[in-house]
Amino acid sequence: MSILIDETTPVLVQGMTGDKGTFHAKEMIAYGTNVVGGVTPGKGGGKHLDRPLFNTMKEAVKETGATTSITFVAPAFCADAIMEATDAGIRLVCSITDGIPAQDMMRVKRYMMRYPKDRRPMMVGPNCAGIISPGKAMLGIMPGHIYLQGKVGVISRSGTLGYEAASQMKAKGIGISTSVGIGGDPINGSSFLDHLALFEEDPETEAVLMIGEIGGPQEAEASAWIKDNMSKPVIGFVAGLTAPKGRRMGHAGAIISAAGDSAAEKAEIMRSCGLTVAPNPSEFGSTVAGVMAAR
Amino acid sequence: MDVHEYQAKELLASFGVPVPKGAVAFSPDQAVYAATELGGWNWAVKAQIHAGARGKAGGIKLCKTYHEVRDAAANLLGKRLVTIQTGPEGKPVQRVYIEVAEPFERELYLGFVLDRKAERIRVIASQRGGMEIEEIARTEPEAILQVLVEPAVGLQAFQARELAFQLGLNIKQAQSAVSTIMNGYRAFRDCDATMLEINPLVVAKNDRVLALDAKMSFDDNALFRRHNVADMHDPSQQDPREAQAAEHNLNYIGLDGEIGCIVNGAGLAMATMDMIKHAGGTPANFLDVGGGASPERIATALKLVLSDAKVKAVLVNIFAGINRCDWVAKGVVQACETVDVKVPLVVRLAGTNVEEGRKILAESGLKLITADTLAEAAEKAVSACQGKLAA
Repeated sequence: MSILIDETTPVLVQGMTGDKGTFHAKEMIAYGTNVVGGVTPGKGGGKHLDRPLFNTMKEAVKETGATTSITFVAPAFCADAIMEATDAGIRLVCSITDGIPAQDMMRVKRYMMRYPKDRRPMMVGPNCAGIISPGKAMLGIMPGHIYLQGKVGVISRSGTLGYEAASQMKAKGIGISTSVGIGGDPINGSSFLDHLALFEEDPETEAVLMIGEIGGPQEAEASAWIKDNMSKPVIGFVAGLTAPKGRRMGHAGAIISAAGDSAAEKAEIMRSCGLTVAPNPSEFGSTVAGVMAAR
Repeated sequence: MDVHEYQAKELLASFGVPVPKGAVAFSPDQAVYAATELGGWNWAVKAQIHAGARGKAGGIKLCKTYHEVRDAAANLLGKRLVTIQTGPEGKPVQRVYIEVAEPFERELYLGFVLDRKAERIRVIASQRGGMEIEEIARTEPEAILQVLVEPAVGLQAFQARELAFQLGLNIKQAQSAVSTIMNGYRAFRDCDATMLEINPLVVAKNDRVLALDAKMSFDDNALFRRHNVADMHDPSQQDPREAQAAEHNLNYIGLDGEIGCIVNGAGLAMATMDMIKHAGGTPANFLDVGGGASPERIATALKLVLSDAKVKAVLVNIFAGINRCDWVAKGVVQACETVDVKVPLVVRLAGTNVEEGRKILAESGLKLITADTLAEAAEKAVSACQGKLAA
């Protein structure tokens, strides 16, 4: 098992015919992801990378039975694409797109609320590296070869810092059940908490590594939830110890603007909620190894 | 993106938020001319910088004669104004705003923010105008009124009415406040703002409610569809290195340390800075070159980092996903051919095409210090910076 995706998950690529869509669809197919088609308005009826193309998500879902989509759609049009996927009955939307206006995301989240919980999709991203269940399927833009299949779940706001953690773990022979990049925007489709709950239920996952950063309430919220609900050990980290207050550190969401936003404060909250905090970003591997050995 | 007070006020006025009459000036002569055009005998001359707390720092002068207006403008223009929000280096004053100083009876607070947790726009109001909202939140949290806006329908008049009456306004004042709150919300929504603060919002003698100060920030991701806002950009208010970086679409934040950083990905960039600190050094900057970093981008980034005179060593840390290490390596080589690199350069490559990347660096004949892991890279950069390690 793994969470969110495996080798059977039927995937549609929204914006498949663009440069980025083409490049990463190829990579995903090569990794073993079950890509069943693509959606580009105006190119319906054609083929791309040997997969059928559709004009609309509804049509694509009807023809292929896809449950999952990934968006490589330009920021100005991406909110529309996500809502289209939602309306078409997609269960998991992963949005790689960087640069979606915050108010668009606000509307996307509100739009999803119109569906009852059992019909509302899980959204991952935007501005993220995607999801990988090593050895099974990849729904994103990560270098697949740095991930080893195994028993640790990873949730990270940052893409490349997630890669760093995966490669340190691989060097120690520790594998990953699923790695989820939730993205660096102020408003995310899903939070640490959503995925922690899934990892808690996944029989294959034995521990979870969550990598946060400065800014926003997500890490504190997740830590409180872990304290009350999680039976599996969780290793935490917060990037941005050296980040100055009030400056946006690249990610639109990475800014210390309120009390509790700084890395030191978040790490302290994690510790007080029973998480094992990696002392610095070069010790993801060793900290996870220590926790796995102590179980 | 931040804008000046006068720009925020012009925008708000276009949405029907009442503001005092005013005009911007770039010289003392223009300031006097503005005062004569505005009329009356009471003006505020306000330094326009992207920071608050100007009053206490001497950035706002009340004037009663044209002479005083000229002197106030001459004193402010061309100076750097240091407030508690600017940092010790201050911000350059290149424009002043001349505003008719109207007498008022009460000072209120009105703010709008994009609330990340609620994923909604939050409207905040308080009777304690003129104070910092953080200060009120700390000392008198019950004095803060707030409502959340439902995105599907927008702010409703009843919500604005509730706020107005809770602010203790009479019916005439409340009517004016309701339209100010509703129009402020429309400006926020229609211009993709992330923050709008009217502090103080004042109640004038004739029961009119006026925005005496206004601060606005906008969502950079939405500037593509808000040309009127994008045009208000004033690069003079940015660190020159940051302004230069922005021209090349690089994410750069200048800091005070000695080790220049070039990293892909914001999270890894922060982690690299943290690691430098952990190894006993100080980062000179945050720099995210982003995905798809071409050789040209790496070269530009290197030039930018080296333009900081405090930099004694540079650490390039690339974990390639969409990026490819061979490209990054080519970029480093290309940059070293065009820029005279006088400080030690530590390069750590990982991820896609790492072997090709390392090969290119090794065969380049350049004096580089290479590292395989993040820890090794940070330690080597700190040693090199302290003069204990050479290539």
